[in-house]
Amino acid sequence: MPTLTIESQLAEHRGYLLRYARLQLRSDAWAEDAVSETMLAALSKPQSFGNRSQLKTWLVGILKHKVIDILRQRQREVCLADDESDGSEELEALMFQADGHFAARPADWGDPEQELSSRQFFAVLEACAEKLPATMGRVFLMREWLELSVEEICKELQLTPTNLYVQLHRARLRLRECLELNWFGNRAAP
Amino acid sequence: LRRTCKEVSALLVAREDRALPVAERLALRLHLAACKACPVFERQLLTMRNALQSWRGYTING
Repeated sequence: MPTLTIESQLAEHRGYLLRYARLQLRSDAWAEDAVSETMLAALSKPQSFGNRSQLKTWLVGILKHKVIDILRQRQREVCLADDESDGSEELEALMFQADGHFAARPADWGDPEQELSSRQFFAVLEACAEKLPATMGRVFLMREWLELSVEEICKELQLTPTNLYVQLHRARLRLRECLELNWFGNRAAP
Repeated sequence: LRRTCKEVSALLVAREDRALPVAERLALRLHLAACKACPVFERQLLTMRNALQSWRGYTING
């Protein structure tokens, strides 16, 4: 490890950083920019890393700030409505009967704390997040990955709280449905 | 105060992102005490919340 230059260490982490930048930004070009900015920031102040944490942890911290910068700069494009109907109405129609009762009782997911910390589960979770329509996915991950408050997201993207709540609501229902289909449903299968 | 499962599930999801007014909290509590399906949905949302928290840690710590 001591023989590796900071440049070569950073290069090793580039793919990892790109994966999360793409997941959040939904644009290869923006993700490349965010990761390049992260690398430049790391190279310009390597002394601020020291050895106080894992290099990747430090880089992810920088990346989150760079991603927020890009979301702020691209605010108009970030909030463009998703082209296709996002299917949320259909999803709700499938979940509930006309009288407002559940069409089918929700499945008991048990108490799967151990398996929810597994690499396989995280891969399914990321795939489900990736399937969200672009705008919905961006605001959902601003909330859940960048850990911004509702007020901060509204301010950064010039959204009304009502508009944001609708997007988050739909994202959570879709994520639940996707996890049910691709993880919890499969788990019970023989 | 009577709410359908559809309305209650919407409140449960909304609760992840905003504080509910007292009337909605009361309606939620009364419905959850009397319904068999909605508490299961509530536990699913809690599981999702925990899963997202673990995933966040995973991305910070691969």
